[in-house]
Order: sequence, then structure tokens, then C-alpha cells
Amino acid sequence: MLDRATSALRGLGHRVTSRIWRLGFASRFFLATLLYSGPSFRRFFLTVREIYFTGVLSLIIILVSGLFVGMVLGLQGYDTLQRYGSSEALGILVALSLVRELGPVVSALLFASRAGSAITAEIGLMKATEQLSAMEMMAVNPIARVVAPRFWAGVISMPLLAALFSAMGIFGGYLVGVQLIGVDEGSFWSQMQASVDFREDIVNGVIKSAVFGIIVSWIAVFEGYDSEPTAEGVSGATTRTVVTSSLAILAADFILTAFMFRGA
Amino acid sequence: MSNPPLVQISDLNFTYDRRPVLTGINMSIPRGKVVAIMGQSGCGKTTTLRLIGGQLKPSQGAVRFDGKVIHELDADGLYAMRRRMGMLFQFGALFTDISVFDNVAFQMREHTDLSEEMIRDLVLFKLNAVGLRGAQKLMPAELSGGMARRVALARAIALDPLLMMYDEPFTGLDPITMGVIGQLIRKLNDALGGSSIIVTHDVQESLQIVDYVYFMADGKVVAEGTPDEIRASDKAYVHQFVWGEMDGPVPFQYPSAPYREQIYGAAHA
Repeated sequence: MLDRATSALRGLGHRVTSRIWRLGFASRFFLATLLYSGPSFRRFFLTVREIYFTGVLSLIIILVSGLFVGMVLGLQGYDTLQRYGSSEALGILVALSLVRELGPVVSALLFASRAGSAITAEIGLMKATEQLSAMEMMAVNPIARVVAPRFWAGVISMPLLAALFSAMGIFGGYLVGVQLIGVDEGSFWSQMQASVDFREDIVNGVIKSAVFGIIVSWIAVFEGYDSEPTAEGVSGATTRTVVTSSLAILAADFILTAFMFRGA
Repeated sequence: MSNPPLVQISDLNFTYDRRPVLTGINMSIPRGKVVAIMGQSGCGKTTTLRLIGGQLKPSQGAVRFDGKVIHELDADGLYAMRRRMGMLFQFGALFTDISVFDNVAFQMREHTDLSEEMIRDLVLFKLNAVGLRGAQKLMPAELSGGMARRVALARAIALDPLLMMYDEPFTGLDPITMGVIGQLIRKLNDALGGSSIIVTHDVQESLQIVDYVYFMADGKVVAEGTPDEIRASDKAYVHQFVWGEMDGPVPFQYPSAPYREQIYGAAHA
């Protein structure tokens, strides 16, 4: 009995310490990525190529999701607002929800599952097939050549994708609210323009999406680089990328929101 | 010998997770020679290669490459040294997202300021040397195993390395391709004037092309000699290995707990 209890306790302790070790390792990896980021900018075509794979290829899912989210916001927002007789405020509701919250958060979640998983799987398989080892033996640092461009591509793509998501969402809200339901077009746009503050709302949204971009890209490249070089290891790492980055995005969103919008 | 050897391994020990992998290895790889390291799977051959390439650090002892102790080099020194080494990985390890041409051009673009025209000519020379000039536009996924190995060879010799390392170059190849790769290794070594190390367990194929052989077992060098000496060796281990006998000093069973104990559980033993 006592034996079982101590071994359970030891197991728990081992899990905790190994998580902390991994976090430390991930932090060092992050610093190394920053340290070896030179080539990603000096030879910017390396990063541009990755922006194509992570950003451009995520466009369809981001744009379509943004449109639908905006359309749903239009429907739900109208339903609630007209109870208070303020359905012309629909423009504000749609724009603020998207720019402050849904744009950055939903597009980051989509980005993690579309691009983050792909980055992890690619780096993990490069490791499993000894491509990273081969690169090292050719005196090319894989962190500088493989990891950093993918990281920066994610960081650069993420705010742009979030902005496109929000724009498509506002367009979707306009389609449903104005074209379908018949909210006055003039008040839809003018109230939106009057109430959305550039510094308070848009810049804060961009900061959020940039932070999410860093989080997702960091987790994705680290999980790939740290994966067991086997089929099982790579699939586990890919799953971990999606799960960990989704949780991290939501947690970070709460913290950022708490600091940014304190009911001011 | 007037010339010091290109690679000198002295009293090398390597421990992984407190388990000794290599103990007391001494080897020397003379300039211009092809040397084979043979032994069973898991005897530490590939580890030895990784120690020479500086991907692992020895627990004790040293590997010298061209007079320099490898594990004492800093990152820049290590990378500078690796530019003079080439390594062929077991399954080629080609970059799967770029074409055959770009794979061979990879190091030239990373490490030199050569113009694209010059790189094009050099890549075609290298691909011609392995007989695959016609395959330059293919992607790695379109190559057979033997072709991929040859492209990887062309890539490894891209910067005319002083030392070529081959990790199991014959594994999984048909006899014809095996012969082709074997001849290529010998011809390239003589053409480049460097040295080569082949890690392998394909005895008959490699004895035809190498100058000297080290036999390893359980992380130690157990025998060495020229191919003729090896063929004539009456050491039990070498004899078993060269002639592929099942019975001999190498046990059939992986080290394990006593049979009884494992079947009935430790409590009943």
C-alpha cells in the first residue's frame, strides 16, 4: 500500500519535473531561434518561401471561416440588439467582436491547426529521415536554415491573417445584417467608424495576433525539432502542437484582454 | 609512415545514459586510404562516425581530424571542419522538398559565393560522376533507393571533402547497385585524393574495395587488418562474421534476465 503510494507520488513528481525540464529546454530553443535569425532576414527569400506555405496556403480556411463567423455574428447580434431597439448598432457589435476578440483568437486557432501542425510534421519528419543531421554535417545550422525561417514566417503571417479574418467577418456581418435583414446601411457603417478606436481596438487586436503568432510558431517549431524521430513520435508531436497552442492561445488571450480592456 | 593520419582516434570512450557504448577505441585513418569499420548492428559503428563528425562528444579520449582535437573546437571551428568532411547517410537523407539539382547545389549555395552558372556546371560534374546527370530535375520522391543514395553521394562530395564517411552505404540495395556504389566509393576516393571511412556489415562487398578493416564488437575494436589478413584470420569472431556463421562467439540471444525468471516472474524464480 505504502509502496504503491510512494511510487504514484514519485511518478507524479517525475511528470512535473520532466515538464519543467521541457519548458526550460523550449525556452533555450526559443533563444537559439532568435539568436540564429540572421539568415531569415538577410536571405529573406527563405522566409518568403515559408510565408507562402504557412500564410498563403492558410488563406482559404481563414477567409471562409471569417465570412461565416461574421454572418453568424450578424444574425445573432441583430436578434439580441433589436430587443432593445438598437439594431442599427449592429455594425459596432460585429466590428468590435471581430477586431478585439474573434479575429485574433479564431484565426490563431485555425492557424495552429492548419499551419502549426504542418510545420511540426515537416520538421519532425526531416529529423526522422536524418535531413537535419545531414544539414549539420554539411556545416549548415538547421536552426538557422530550417527553424528560424518557419518561425518568422508564422510570426509575420499571423497578424495579416487575423486582419483578413476580421475584414471578411465584417463583410459577412454586412451581408447578413444589411443585405439580408435590412439594417440601415448608413448607420451600420457610420456607427462602426465612429465607435471603433484605432489605438484601443485595432492596435490591441494586432498586438494580440502578433503574440499568438509567436506562441503558435514557437510551439510548432519546438515540437517538431524535439519530436521522437519515429512515425509515432511525429504524430504525437503534431497533436501536441495543436492542443498546446490552442490552450496557450486561449490563456494568453485572457491575460492580454485583462490588461488591454480594463473597462476603460 | 611519414604523413600523419587524417583521422586519429585515441583511447576513445563514449557513454550514453551511463551505459558504455564505446570503450578504448584506437583507430587511424591514413590519407588516401579507404578504411572499413565492420561489426554487428548496434556495436557502436555509427556512434564512432558521429564522434568523428563532432555530433557527439566523447566521454574520454579524443578524435583528431587533420591534427585538431574535434571536441575542443568551438561552433565556428566545428562548422569550418565539417566543410572538409562529407557524409553519406544510410538512406541518403536527401532534402525532400527540393529537386536533385538543388540538393547537390545546397552546400555550394550555403558556403560559397559562386555564381549560379558556375554552380550549375559544378552540380552537373558531380551528378555526372555518379551517373545521374539526366536526373537533375527529378524530386527525391521520384528516385529509387539506389539512385537516391547516388544523389546523396553527389551532394556529399559537392565541396570536394578531405574525408568521406559512409554510414551503411550498401544497406537495402540490390547486388548490381551495391557493386556500383562500391566502385563509386573507391573511384571517388582516388579521384579526390582524400580518405574514406565505410561503416558497414556487408563484408564481401566492402572487402573488395577497402585498404584496411577494423572489426568492432560491443563497443571495442576486436580485430584489424588488411582485407587479405581478415579473410585469412583464424580469430573466432572475425571468422564467424566474415563467413556469416550463426554459431560462434557472438551469442544469438540478446542479453536478458534468466529464462526461468522471465517466464515465471521474478517472485517465483
